[in-house]
Amino acid sequence: MSALTVLYALLFYAAAAILAGGVAWKCWVYARTPQPLKIPIPPAPTTRRGVALRLLLEVTLFRSLFRSNKWIWLFGWLFHVALLAVLARHLRYFTEPVWGWVALIQPFGLYAAFAMLAGLAGLWARRVLVDRVRYISAPSDHLMLALLAAIAASGLAMKYLAHTDIVALKAFFLGLIAFDWQPLPADPALLIHLALVALLMIVFPVSKLLHAPGVFFSPSLNQVDDARERRHAAGWSAQIVRGR
Amino acid sequence: MAAAFETPALGEYPVIPLVREGAMAHSKPFVAKPEYQKPLGFPGELVPGWEKVAVTKLGELVQQSRALQVFLDTCVKCGACTDKCHYYLGTADPKNMPVARQDLLRSVYRRYYTFAGKHFPKLVGARDITKEVLDDWYSYFHQCSQCRRCSVFCPYGIDTAEISMAARDIMDSVGLGQKYSNEIIGKVHTIGNNLGLPGPALRDTLDGLEEDVKEATGADVRFPLDEQGAEVLLITPSADFFAEPHVDGLIGYAKVLHAAGISWTLSSHASEAANFSLFIGNHDNLQKVAERIREAALELGVKRIVVGECGHAWRVAYSFWNTLIGPFDFLDPRYPAPQHICEVTYDLIRRGALTLDKSANADKVVTFHDSCNVSRGSRMGDAPGGQFLIPREIIRACVERFVDMAPETIGESTFCCGGGGGLLTDDLLELRVKGALPRMQALQQVVEEHGVNYLAAICAICKSQFTKVLPYYKHPMDMIGSVHGLVSNAIVFNRR
Repeated sequence: MSALTVLYALLFYAAAAILAGGVAWKCWVYARTPQPLKIPIPPAPTTRRGVALRLLLEVTLFRSLFRSNKWIWLFGWLFHVALLAVLARHLRYFTEPVWGWVALIQPFGLYAAFAMLAGLAGLWARRVLVDRVRYISAPSDHLMLALLAAIAASGLAMKYLAHTDIVALKAFFLGLIAFDWQPLPADPALLIHLALVALLMIVFPVSKLLHAPGVFFSPSLNQVDDARERRHAAGWSAQIVRGR
Repeated sequence: MAAAFETPALGEYPVIPLVREGAMAHSKPFVAKPEYQKPLGFPGELVPGWEKVAVTKLGELVQQSRALQVFLDTCVKCGACTDKCHYYLGTADPKNMPVARQDLLRSVYRRYYTFAGKHFPKLVGARDITKEVLDDWYSYFHQCSQCRRCSVFCPYGIDTAEISMAARDIMDSVGLGQKYSNEIIGKVHTIGNNLGLPGPALRDTLDGLEEDVKEATGADVRFPLDEQGAEVLLITPSADFFAEPHVDGLIGYAKVLHAAGISWTLSSHASEAANFSLFIGNHDNLQKVAERIREAALELGVKRIVVGECGHAWRVAYSFWNTLIGPFDFLDPRYPAPQHICEVTYDLIRRGALTLDKSANADKVVTFHDSCNVSRGSRMGDAPGGQFLIPREIIRACVERFVDMAPETIGESTFCCGGGGGLLTDDLLELRVKGALPRMQALQQVVEEHGVNYLAAICAICKSQFTKVLPYYKHPMDMIGSVHGLVSNAIVFNRR
């Protein structure tokens, strides 16, 4: 067992633990924090079912963003859908036998990698070229785009420039899952790709990537507009309600 | 008085300005003196060690509010909100872009409460709290009218109003309050309304209105005060008692209730619908000011509570009253509690209970300004969007010609009048005039294309703000009017 294999094995265990633990912790904090008043953004749904539909449209079609700015929507939606396809495509490295639908989408996953890069490039161009967006961008906003672009680029490099031993790689990850470690191919493109992915997993719970779980907890989007019909109470407002 | 600033020019179509850093850094409202701070439970002046107090308070607020917790974490700086704020569009100051305004608070939150901000402050734009930061807070959190337009366009629903309310609450807690809002809240606590109008003066004013209406219509329309056993308690902004064009609205409510045969009363104990505690984000004051209304309703033994034309008051009433001063189990369950005067009037119109003569408003071509707190902080009727439909239906029933302004400037996308959220004060006049630009742009278009000469609104702040700023954009100040002013003109009393 090479030192490299041990290093990457430990790195991925740590990254997976930080990602899962960190996001679970944040979700718990969001869930536990009370929302004392009703603040849905109208026109808000008057039923729970309506709220579910609203959130579904927000996270699948980015409805508010579409109304807001067609360019950000185009690049942002393209990036996220492509990312989803790419992630789905990667399932084949973690499953044996490979699920039918995962096998089916393999060619699309490849196009998606380019679409992902195009989306990132568009978003990055806005950050540099639009003076308002340039003003609000911190170094971390650029670095996040750089990280994602580098992950996509190093992935594509393995497909088109320097192939890696994909069978050995799959054995490595299946080994990680089964706690039966297998050697990792020592190809530079692969090592870079994997290190960057691990970095992304690690920064997820302490960065703006928290928008992914956060959107579901946003009171302005997930509250039902029924303030007159139901007496809402949570946190300090629950104390008022109890005191009556 | 000559203005020390230039009124923005109206182009042929709206323009998103290029960033001009520091363009409004000089804009600051007067600071509240100790005498206005103490009655609200705030320190009189900036406390020693305020930095620590402010950071602690921020932490507490975030723990008490899921909204703050989520909103401070989830922004990805996508830029969707950057061209949505009327103050940015009118001033070009980048700190008036919603995300940049949020970042004034978020940068401090990150520094003290997040892993990334504690260890990599430069990387994520986290800042220590300093006097400079506090000055920025005071300036720019008083350049937000808490209208929530940005949140409609945010993919995560991040509501800058919540953040600016929290920031003002923190500033109050360290002794840096805004004179305008805090002085007014003090008056509500001690006298019962924003204007400081005592009970006897109010009775006097109402008597005068009864005489005026008798003279104009020959009808005995009453303006009752503190009448036990009335069916309806009317809670309305105190501006309705004498300011123009607000008072026409009050006359309209009185005529509607008179025509429908509904007994009603005002209360000298709760002679104010407004609750400026919302603007300063302080829930103790919010609850205390709202509580007067429950007390008045119980004391007078009314069956319904109806709220007059006031934007933020309706948000507080519709969205918060049930929580803060409910349950309303002592009221008639056949009616929503509380009910907006527009809901009452609309219901009567639909049932054919009012006779309206549109020709009384034949000289008017009317458009409607959706007030932000009604549009984005509440609802009317029983279906989403009722707050947009109902006032328009009332207007259509009262006038011959009604046109809407451009769709992206009304409804849930409405532009603030520029004076909401505790900014309706002359020490912020430049901000108010510039912030009115997007609304004036949309108005100009319907004036030119359709000859609109009447801008109807259902908010006391909007009415006062437009009275002040319309002349800056070359419109007559009396172009603004109450929706119930139109009803008042059109209503015909049937002889029984």
